[in-house]
Amino acid sequence: MKNTISHRVADFLKNFPPFTFLNQKDIEILSEQISIIYKEKDSVIFAENEETHSSFYIVHKGAVALKKGPKNEILDMCDEGDIFGLRPLIANENYKMEARAYEETILYAIPIAIFRPYALENEAVGNFLIQSFAANTQNPYSKSHRGKLYGENLNGDILDTDSKLFDIQPVKYSKKIVTCSATTTAQEMAEKMIKKKVGAILVVEDKLPIGIITDKDLRNKIVTGEYPITTEASVIMASPVITYPKKLTITQAQIALIKSNISHLCITKDGTPNSKAVGILSKHDVMVSLGNNPSVLIKAIKRAKKYKDIKPIRISIMQLLSGYLEQNIPIALTSKIITELNDVCIQQVIEISLKKMLTPPPVKFAWLAMGSQGRSEQLLQTDQDNALLYENVPDELKEKTKKYFLELATHVNKGLFEIGYDYCPAEMMASNPKWCLSLDEWKSLVHQWITNTGKDEVLLSFIFFDYSLSYGDTELTNELSDYILNDIKENPVFYIHLVSGALQSPSPTGFFRGFLLEQDGANKDFFDIKRRALMPLSDAARVLILSHAVKSISNTPERFDKLAELEPHNRELYLACSYSYRALLKFRTKQGLLHNDSGQYIALGDLSKQEKIKLKSTFKTIKELQEIISIRFNSSNIL
Amino acid sequence: MNNFFKESKTRIFDFFKIFEKSTDPTLLNRVDNTRFVVLDTETTGFDFDNDRILCIGAVSLLNGVISIPDSFEIYIHQEYYDKNSAQIHGILKDWVMDKPSELEALQQFLAFVSDSVIVAHHTIFDITMINKALERNGLPQLTNKTLDTAFLYKKTLIMSNLLERKDKYALDDLADKFDISKKDRHTAMGDAYITAIAFLKIVKKLKGLKGKSEFTLGDLFKY
Repeated sequence: MKNTISHRVADFLKNFPPFTFLNQKDIEILSEQISIIYKEKDSVIFAENEETHSSFYIVHKGAVALKKGPKNEILDMCDEGDIFGLRPLIANENYKMEARAYEETILYAIPIAIFRPYALENEAVGNFLIQSFAANTQNPYSKSHRGKLYGENLNGDILDTDSKLFDIQPVKYSKKIVTCSATTTAQEMAEKMIKKKVGAILVVEDKLPIGIITDKDLRNKIVTGEYPITTEASVIMASPVITYPKKLTITQAQIALIKSNISHLCITKDGTPNSKAVGILSKHDVMVSLGNNPSVLIKAIKRAKKYKDIKPIRISIMQLLSGYLEQNIPIALTSKIITELNDVCIQQVIEISLKKMLTPPPVKFAWLAMGSQGRSEQLLQTDQDNALLYENVPDELKEKTKKYFLELATHVNKGLFEIGYDYCPAEMMASNPKWCLSLDEWKSLVHQWITNTGKDEVLLSFIFFDYSLSYGDTELTNELSDYILNDIKENPVFYIHLVSGALQSPSPTGFFRGFLLEQDGANKDFFDIKRRALMPLSDAARVLILSHAVKSISNTPERFDKLAELEPHNRELYLACSYSYRALLKFRTKQGLLHNDSGQYIALGDLSKQEKIKLKSTFKTIKELQEIISIRFNSSNIL
Repeated sequence: MNNFFKESKTRIFDFFKIFEKSTDPTLLNRVDNTRFVVLDTETTGFDFDNDRILCIGAVSLLNGVISIPDSFEIYIHQEYYDKNSAQIHGILKDWVMDKPSELEALQQFLAFVSDSVIVAHHTIFDITMINKALERNGLPQLTNKTLDTAFLYKKTLIMSNLLERKDKYALDDLADKFDISKKDRHTAMGDAYITAIAFLKIVKKLKGLKGKSEFTLGDLFKY
């Protein structure tokens, strides 16, 4: 059935091997036989030892994790354009791995009976499939191999799953090689390296690598004045180049770099300097692959040119996070680092979005993170909550300016979505015209909330008043903060509303000191740690800190620490709150990592006795705190 | 347009009838086991009496799988033509193509749909267009159960005063929210595909709202 959709499928397939080796007509014929499968997050595509399906799969959208063994360790992650489930094509036995949708995923299922003739007839297709299957990688051309180890076990088991995954992971090297000729001058080279944002340039002759020049070479040889900037590449380059084949694991690459004490390896087609250079591997690439160093991650984020480039780095951030938690690094430090990394991701998304705009911003603006990201408490990826604030403009420019920033915000929201932040279900996002305003408009809006407070206004204030600046102008944000604090001071009734809102979060325990569980919906019988434990603390902290007119501390534990300083007589309670909050946050984060979700709902049955006691001990603190604020902000005490 | 609302009222009434008659055993079927046909039509305009269907695109949906071999796209030969709407659907009157007559196309369509549940975006429009065409050709009206993604989508939105709801959500809104590529938008088949993916995501959300018990066809019709 040839139709619009089969064309659409063909259009997609033709960009990815092995389909790249087929001619257009064959791809079209194939596309007419394909099924499109929608998989919810976490649903199984096939299980270990399951009988093989009649199709293999290519990921159209989303990501699929291949897992194996009793610990269900992730062996491979397939994303857009990657193929998996090839076993039935090659071996007549059950699946050796489980395939599970890591996020919401759309797959194309390609019937093997229809595809097999192409694999047999077309050598390139056949080779690709054998290699993919053997290497257990989906695309040996883009990612180099998953290591020889797998190759030796063509039909056998995957190796001992205990070994840390990264040891045998392929190194992701840069395929965009920046080259120059032997006669290029140092100055030209430097300009090219700046333009391409690389730290090394390859000197080639007839496409073969003859030398390499790095930042360090330029510094040592040119900046020192040893050579003039007109010096030709051949004079200052390091030669011969140390070359390696594409089949290089992270561990091998690390050893190679250490052994020769160099910062860049050249990857060539056959591994010798006599074949074409296909990529450059820097120390930086290796570090990123290891994913255990925040500063390299930041560097990698800043190099991203597309939203899509940031997504894999976010996976590394999650690995880093689980490593920190495993090593019991203090949660305060952990959340600082992770928040910093998240902020850099957001900043980069904004940078990329700004490049998509035809003109630079007409006036200064500030991108505000709200809610948990604003409080620097967002360790796991949750929904987006953001707003945009821009400088006041004269009336005649108002419409145009708003239009510009709305367009920018739409790009940013989409970019954040692409790197893994879901859209806010209540549309509290800067692309919503209600949340993209000039300074004066914001002022009159918050003034409205503060002086004319209803239930919705309290909720809005709760979300908005925890803002922090993600990107842009500090002055604007400061001015708004000052305005808010002043306005609240003049309208103390607002505190009463805030407190009643803060006391509304449901209590964590019931009459018999048992946990209160959710009554209905998808999370029935789960404990809602966010609403019942974290929110009462963060809501109370907000009221108290506002009453002391302290600005620019939005992190909840930090607010409590500050409060302990400001109110010595309540010092102990506040410190307990600060501690409880950190403990709860850590708890939630661990749960979230365990289940690949936001960690908000906890199955009590899965907790150990000790964990339950630990949780409960924080509840007493919550109760005491709520008592304090309900007395202090009692209407008779304020008016 | 007046016509449109009258029609939609009677439709909603129909839904209630189905719901009241909860004895209908098919409503107990699991959504996973139900064949849905997600369709879209391109027409010469919005007038049920004068305008004509130029193209029907439809995909079948069973247990989360859209099978391309089991899909349907047909361009229909029509005498009547409105060049204004061509800007939207891009179908030219004398496009060089073997276009079957309306009767032939409808017969093929009925065979494809069979007794599946029909899903569309603003379903009432497409169903009325098709029913009018069936009537003209002396064929019986559609008796299939129908679902509307524009309507179901609203049920997935959170209940919050902070969220401003729109009266009408266009297919473009859904595509944006669900991150579905708008390639081939405004072709019948392209829109049917977008609607199908949106429908799957809506079902997933409604399933989540319902909790852990089995999700049946009745759950989709209760709204």
